[in-house]
Amino acid sequence: MIKVVHYINQFFSGIGGEEKADIKPEVREGVVGPGMALKAALGADMEIVATVICGDSYFNENIEEATAEIITMISKYSPDLFIAGPAFNAGRYGVACGSICKAVKEELNIPVLTAMYIENPGADMFKKDLHIVETANAATGMRKAIPAMANLAKKLAHNQEIGSPVEEGYISRGIRKNVFKSERGSKRAVNMLVAKLKGESFETEYPMPVFDRVAPNPPILDLTKAKIALVTSGGIVPKHNPDRIESSSASKYGKYDIEGVYDLTEETYETAHGGHDPVYANLDADRVLPVDVLRDLEKEGVIGKLHRYFYSTVGNGTSVASSKAFAHKFTQELLADGVDAVILTST
Amino acid sequence: MVKEIERAGLPVVHICTVVPISLTVGANRIVPAIAIPHPLGNPALSYEDEKLLRRNIVLKALKALQTDVHEQTVFDK
Repeated sequence: MIKVVHYINQFFSGIGGEEKADIKPEVREGVVGPGMALKAALGADMEIVATVICGDSYFNENIEEATAEIITMISKYSPDLFIAGPAFNAGRYGVACGSICKAVKEELNIPVLTAMYIENPGADMFKKDLHIVETANAATGMRKAIPAMANLAKKLAHNQEIGSPVEEGYISRGIRKNVFKSERGSKRAVNMLVAKLKGESFETEYPMPVFDRVAPNPPILDLTKAKIALVTSGGIVPKHNPDRIESSSASKYGKYDIEGVYDLTEETYETAHGGHDPVYANLDADRVLPVDVLRDLEKEGVIGKLHRYFYSTVGNGTSVASSKAFAHKFTQELLADGVDAVILTST
Repeated sequence: MVKEIERAGLPVVHICTVVPISLTVGANRIVPAIAIPHPLGNPALSYEDEKLLRRNIVLKALKALQTDVHEQTVFDK
């Protein structure tokens, strides 16, 4: 019997939503939540002996301690395989799944597996270290995710050869492998070129890694003359969210005038963010967007000026393409308005 | 967003709680925050202490904006 330990968050365990995202790690015997379907798909010779559960916020705010605690819980069951998720596009959950898988692999020396959406930040962080099955961006993709996870889990547990990312459905790890092909390289290259010229699809044998890094800009030289703008992905908006920015997968951003605003209060501002407990930001939005402190610093002459407008969106499952497009557009406005630097806050 | 702002030519500092995510996203100046639902606050403190905490994080962010960096830098001191 192959023993498996499974990891899920507070939401998939049914403990609760964002109001329970701060729960500490706990372990339960047997399957919980999506473990049920996973168990069925894994077949009779594999058994999920325990499920570890942790709140997404607790994990991400205490990555080292939480990981150590979870490793201790897992090791008690001496599993042969560890599976985490699927996390879909839940960022904190994806980071948790990836962090724990990596730690289990290194410390317990057993095969590990997780699953998430390709834009989950956990994917970029851990795809080189782990097999991450690619899933849809929401839990509606569970039915497709489970069989793909189970297939790969079986192969990993039985130490079978793992095929290419495309064949097995995991996110490319950037590993190059020598293989024998029936046709020689020159012929394959010409075939590929012909397909390309005809406008047909073809698959490169040597994908180039994408490095999208931007070099830091020079610092501000005189802060007392600088105009500073505030931007947030924490969804701070005037009360009642006039632009109806979505609580997740935001399709827009808002631009808000704070001329004459010295403090964000419960009566005047709130958060539209649906990816964490909104209570604290709704009571005092300065906890996400520090307008009060920047006004003080403006008055004291520490900074030249706080820019008249702030820009806000909800960074919860929002696609990379949308975020890029938002920032591209409003940064042109910031430049035109003579802003010298930006403070961007995230929840 | 942080990368697009930088790409357009403005120095930018990212105040966030989960620093590994910010590093993955490609922020160059990073200031760690308090907690996910209240990055620049702590509801357990009095109003005055909480504002002082926030002021210190913002001052750290302003210091980051005045610091010449050549690679991703976490300002955690």
